[in-house]
Amino acid sequence: MKKALLAGLAAGLLLVACGSDESPSSATPAAITLVTYDSFPTKDTPLNTALSAFTADTGVVVNIVTAGDTGTMVTKAVLTSGNPEGDVMWGVDNTLLSAAIDEKVFDGEPSEVDFGDVCVNYDIGWFTDHGVQPPTTMDDLLLPEYKDLLVVENPATSSPGLAFLMATIAHTGEDAWQQYWTDLRANGVEVVDSWDSAYYERFSGAAGSAGEKPLVVSYGSSPPAEVVFADPPRDDAPTGVVGSTCFRQIEYAGVLRGTEHPDEAAQLLAFLLSEPFQKELPLTLFVYPANPSVALPEVFTKFAVVPTNPFTFDPATIAANRQQWQDQWTEIVLR
Amino acid sequence: MPALAAAPVAGLAVFYVWPLATLLTRVLEPGSVSDALSAPGLSHVLWFTLWQALVSTALTMAIGFAPAYLLARFRFRGRGALLAMVTVPFMLPTVVVGAAFLALLPNSWHGTARAVIVAHVFFNIAVVVRLVGAMWAVLPTDLTAAARTLGAKPAQVLRFVVLPLLRSALWAAATVVFLFTFTSFGAVKLLGGAANPTLEVEIARRATQLGDVDGAAVLSLLQLLILGAVVWWSSRWQRRATVHLGAGGVARTARARHERRFVAFAGALTALVMVVPLVVLTSRSFRLGGGWSLNAWRMLGSSEVRPGISLGVDPLASLLTSLKFAVVAALVSVVIGGLAALAIAAARRHGSLLDVGLMLPLGTSAVTIGLGMLITFDTAPFDWRARWWLIPLGHALVATPFVVRALLPVLRSIPVDQRAAAATLGASPLRAWLAVDVRRVLRPLTASAGLAAAISLGEFGATTFLTRAGRETVPIAISRLLGRAGEIPRAQGFALATILLVATGLIIGVASGAARADGGARAGGE
Repeated sequence: MKKALLAGLAAGLLLVACGSDESPSSATPAAITLVTYDSFPTKDTPLNTALSAFTADTGVVVNIVTAGDTGTMVTKAVLTSGNPEGDVMWGVDNTLLSAAIDEKVFDGEPSEVDFGDVCVNYDIGWFTDHGVQPPTTMDDLLLPEYKDLLVVENPATSSPGLAFLMATIAHTGEDAWQQYWTDLRANGVEVVDSWDSAYYERFSGAAGSAGEKPLVVSYGSSPPAEVVFADPPRDDAPTGVVGSTCFRQIEYAGVLRGTEHPDEAAQLLAFLLSEPFQKELPLTLFVYPANPSVALPEVFTKFAVVPTNPFTFDPATIAANRQQWQDQWTEIVLR
Repeated sequence: MPALAAAPVAGLAVFYVWPLATLLTRVLEPGSVSDALSAPGLSHVLWFTLWQALVSTALTMAIGFAPAYLLARFRFRGRGALLAMVTVPFMLPTVVVGAAFLALLPNSWHGTARAVIVAHVFFNIAVVVRLVGAMWAVLPTDLTAAARTLGAKPAQVLRFVVLPLLRSALWAAATVVFLFTFTSFGAVKLLGGAANPTLEVEIARRATQLGDVDGAAVLSLLQLLILGAVVWWSSRWQRRATVHLGAGGVARTARARHERRFVAFAGALTALVMVVPLVVLTSRSFRLGGGWSLNAWRMLGSSEVRPGISLGVDPLASLLTSLKFAVVAALVSVVIGGLAALAIAAARRHGSLLDVGLMLPLGTSAVTIGLGMLITFDTAPFDWRARWWLIPLGHALVATPFVVRALLPVLRSIPVDQRAAAATLGASPLRAWLAVDVRRVLRPLTASAGLAAAISLGEFGATTFLTRAGRETVPIAISRLLGRAGEIPRAQGFALATILLVATGLIIGVASGAARADGGARAGGE
């Protein structure tokens, strides 16, 4: 029996050893690895089809590995700086870019690849039914008619939550935002930990949601997603966007320092910025292409809101203040 | 038997101790410890973590006791189904069960400690039923019968005969439940709201959202110290409480009226409590456009949700990936866990060291192990980052302690004199070991293989922190589907969760069926 157990163990190890041949990073010279976040599709989408076209044109095979959410991916990139997990990284956003640059994660400057906005969304049906006008400004959210209607994400655990906190800071200024959130708390703002919980469990406007709050912090592209993924199909959006509450999130991609294939990596980066790839971004990742020459799909031009003057901070300001803002916010709103 | 211990010790050293030590030596600086421990809000986090774990454990033990008795001692129609029902929630990814509870609990409970505790009890009843039940099933019935013949009332039998005999299994179960609720991550994030983070949630937040890896490492060590002390202390108690038993007990049909009533009532109540959240979960996969629809199910076979629009999540393909991982994880954890249990039982004294060692990964924040592996296995020929097998290996790390937990009480309860008797009757040591030890262990071994496969199928935390290439596992696919705006991905997520639920139920059903068949053959042979 002992022998049988040992044989079993050996079989297990053998299985493991054989299997490792399947690994993507094995030695074909023209294969490179794109490191990205969880929600980037690894197969079957137009983005992946575009990448296959790139391979057909250049002979460079692109393997995709997902490293976790954006924060986890950047933490890993910082830990492996100089000996990276891949050759090109997609999706570092402006809230985390500074850390990546300070720790010399990239070879050269990373490029802006896409952007999106985090904005207050509202449930059109709820406001029509209750005969109330939806809010139009950040300060409206403090009014008595919007008491107990808003649900937001915790900025310490959620990236849209952090973006909205920064929108309020940009709106009120560095010294007044604490008072804004004290007032928002008094006006019954609800805080949950993640975008999923806020949007699907607490917000009333998402199709199929059991929530009862008609205002939520979500994305400027959430209304088109509601249309695209509705069943049965619909041609109007159930939700709208309060355009003056938006914070601009920008995503970057760059060649990772320490890559063994700098030429192929640079080729891939150029392709990621080109029209054939960029035009597939809206309907797969629900973000806007950074390449201004790319036309948007109709559902986006119709239902998404691209604010004219979204709030934003430069990455260095965000990096210098993020933790302090999160800690202060926790004291004001949660304790 | 040091030879037996070699494989588990080596596995633990390479895939747990080494990565963790590498991470600690890399990131810790002179000021790290004082910085991390003086951070504002830490005492709040520690206090919440501790009290919710204690309350959750106490409630789980109290509530799980009746179903453990019922399932260990009685044969009745639907027993296998009930056992699967109780076990399935434990295997489901927390994000799925969390979503079901959000739908089930009144809104005033959202974001409260109450919601977290209710979910914890629901998750962990399986631990009590499995661990306490495994012991209860081998308690000799003649002892209780003797007590009753001598005039003991049922409460007295419980108090003076059953509980003392069960004590080691009760300790084991309470320890595991405490460990799980203390390190709870998904349920706390989903149900506890923003104001109630556990230490585990805080560690992940620091490492991934703040990039404060050294602070996370310090807190991870703190958590390990606390849990290591708890496990060590409890395993001493367990050993002290171990009783050597003679012949095993036999499950039987309820005969007396009060027994039949108990079986019916406890069975129905358990089924109700376990099934309602799962029904809510399943029903959500049929909700589309404010009505009922099969569309989410129809579209499961492809990743396209509209012509030309695809999320890149292929639910059925993810199922195949998960099944492959489950097989590998079950194989590894049964071999390693089986050897470890034998070594621990044989060593008696020093065994508790290995015992505690194998439990440590459960108490270590998944994010620290993930980051540790990342910077440990990073140089050729050991550049194992993004290798597919790291994921099932991570699952095995989580599942192995359960295999050990399930086998150990049984192994320890084998009386030495049976082996001696076999030897006296002329059996070689190997023959005696086969005839006495292996026979008894086969049943829990089959069951724990199923348990390990099911744990792998539902594992979420460790998987998210490992870099992955290729297809996602089912829990990852579910969380991605649930994490997208739009109704179809949402309903598909719940459909896939339903499939996971059924698959987990089947694995557990088959494993316990195999165990039963084996038990039957044994009873026939004796």
